[in-house]
Amino acid sequence: MVLLKMKFTQQKRVRLAQGLWLLSWLAVMCGAFIFCLGVYLKTELLRRAEVMDNTEIHVVPNILMMVGLASIGTNWVASRVCQDSLDASRFPRWKVLLLAWFVVVALLCCLLIAVVVLSYALQGRLEESLKVGLRNGIRFYKDTDVPGRCFQKETIDRLQMEFRCCGNNNFKDWFEVQWVSNRYLDFTSKDVKDRIRSNIDGRYLLDSVPFSCCNPSSPRPCLQNQLTDNRAHHNYEFQSEELNLYSRGCRQALIDYYMGLMNSTGPGVLSVILIQISVLLSMRFLQTAVEGAMALENPEGDSEGYLLEKGLKETFEDVRANALNMLKFGQVDPADAEQSPEAEGAEKAADDTTEKAASPTPAS
Amino acid sequence: MPFMSVKFSLQKRVKLAQGLWMLYWVSVIMGILVFSLGIFFKIELRKRSELMDNNESHLVPNLLILVGMLACGANAFGGKVCHDSLDPIKFAKWKPMLKPYLLMCCGFNVLLLMTALLCFLMQFAVYLTLAEGLKNGIKFYKDTDTPGRCFMKRTLDMTQIEFRCCGNNNFRDWFEVQWISNRYLDMSNDEVKDRVLSNVEGKYLMDSVPFSCCNPGSPRPCIQHHLTNNSAHYDYDHRIEELNIWTRGCREALFSYYSSMMNSIGVLVIITILLEVGYMAGLKYLSTALETMADPENPECESEGWLLEKGVKETFAELLTKLKTLGKINQVEEGGDAQEGLNIPLKPSGSQSEVRTETGTILL
Repeated sequence: MVLLKMKFTQQKRVRLAQGLWLLSWLAVMCGAFIFCLGVYLKTELLRRAEVMDNTEIHVVPNILMMVGLASIGTNWVASRVCQDSLDASRFPRWKVLLLAWFVVVALLCCLLIAVVVLSYALQGRLEESLKVGLRNGIRFYKDTDVPGRCFQKETIDRLQMEFRCCGNNNFKDWFEVQWVSNRYLDFTSKDVKDRIRSNIDGRYLLDSVPFSCCNPSSPRPCLQNQLTDNRAHHNYEFQSEELNLYSRGCRQALIDYYMGLMNSTGPGVLSVILIQISVLLSMRFLQTAVEGAMALENPEGDSEGYLLEKGLKETFEDVRANALNMLKFGQVDPADAEQSPEAEGAEKAADDTTEKAASPTPAS
Repeated sequence: MPFMSVKFSLQKRVKLAQGLWMLYWVSVIMGILVFSLGIFFKIELRKRSELMDNNESHLVPNLLILVGMLACGANAFGGKVCHDSLDPIKFAKWKPMLKPYLLMCCGFNVLLLMTALLCFLMQFAVYLTLAEGLKNGIKFYKDTDTPGRCFMKRTLDMTQIEFRCCGNNNFRDWFEVQWISNRYLDMSNDEVKDRVLSNVEGKYLMDSVPFSCCNPGSPRPCIQHHLTNNSAHYDYDHRIEELNIWTRGCREALFSYYSSMMNSIGVLVIITILLEVGYMAGLKYLSTALETMADPENPECESEGWLLEKGVKETFAELLTKLKTLGKINQVEEGGDAQEGLNIPLKPSGSQSEVRTETGTILL
């Protein structure tokens, strides 16, 4: 039994072709939008590459860019098919190409769904990547004269100012690393020497944070040093002080930012999927309706359009049978592979004769 | 003799009308752009109003908004006239409006020119307003618990971070004001007491700057305090240290931001003026070419278009005479004419009597 059968008059076919032409151009725009979205997301990820440990999350923008470009191409083809669909002489040339077109569009829809799923599925990986990346970033903050790490300090400072965050999990992360380079430490100073000696790893640790952790909304001038010592500052209680520094960690801030980006692209991608599916179904109806009219040898007459020639179950069985046949066709017959030694010898002799005939005689 | 006369065939007239129609719509877009820039400029002034003592002039953005709206309206009208110009019936209804429209365009051009001039001239006012506003801003930085000044610290910090600047002219401006509130000073501390007592006005002055003056591009952790004391920091010379804090003053940074914006807008307005003059000339040619057709019934016939019916000199002389006659009409003639309608005999003050006239009774 035919799936979703519809009657089409000539006028209905024209309307469908016109509507589909418009829809396919809308889908081209959507493809461009998806591509731009991918480029934007990729750029944003690359901008923060220094504070990321791996690039697994890049699969999302990569797929978006690829699907965007493919979508532009396929939907442009769809618009051309629509233009030619009402011309009996021009439509048949698309017949072979349309099967491939349906496969590509279905694949694009699957990829777009995969993107939406991956956006949420890779959140854990992104978080882990940021955790390690930021930890290393904070550790290498002081290495401004080490090649390859010269701009790590600037990157972290700008990141903390832009995202209004401090440290990896919170500002206390800065207390666990030496973030002041030895180059700027006076080793003749007793205080510096004592502090280094008191640490097992010989690191100069402070209860201080970089200036970029300071919150401009605080009513008092920023306190960066001796943060855990209430006596070091007048009218100060570090347990209850909330406005002096940013309390949120940069990992959380970046996760919120990227997930916000991906969550906002989600609905956009889903609406593009719906448009793409509409193009796919409309194209199938148009194809079957036009082919039906041509089969009746009356392009002006009524015809039937449908999605599948048989029901879902039968179509699935057919596809499976076809696939099995193709696999069988690809196999090597064992009977052909085994040859008798005599036959093999005869074949060899024939080859030699041919070779001799082909080679020129040497001049005496 | 007509000034700058040109022969027009039908094809030339059509080309002129089409070209003008297109240009008018370009001008409508320019109008929208000018309007949008006016709004943007107004928002930018409002955003930094605190740094200008809420004293900034909104004349330029208001003019830009007005001019943008007028440009949209006037040019849309011009576009409609050009669209209808090749249909004699439709053009007839626009004909009486063309002269007032062209006069209005002249007035509009004067307004545009004034706006462009103000864009360049008002920069001086912006500079002075910024100088005064920033000086007061720095003075009130500490007053985070004074109503009306609570957010001055936040505003200044954000400005210094965003515009990468420090102080009014440079970072030394912070040395001349007490920017730490007494609320956060321990008055029982000898060092604080000495510092306050050593100042004539009893202000707590330091060679320190707020955290927002720190430059993330510096390879060493930011030095904010004891900036002029080389011995207070290891491997430090305040005379040659350039990267530690921003060297540019905020007045210069903000002024260069606003002046570049105003210059760009000024240039855009000048381009709009040139376009307007072009359209006016084009429309004058089109209207005169359509009026001087030898046979109005035959659209194929040639015609002549010009900018002025007579030479520049004659037109100017004619204009002067018209103005003189207008002046004469408005003059009050000496003699009997002034009192013709109303003969009022003088009466001694205090007495009251009626005088009957053609228009009614007057109590004296």
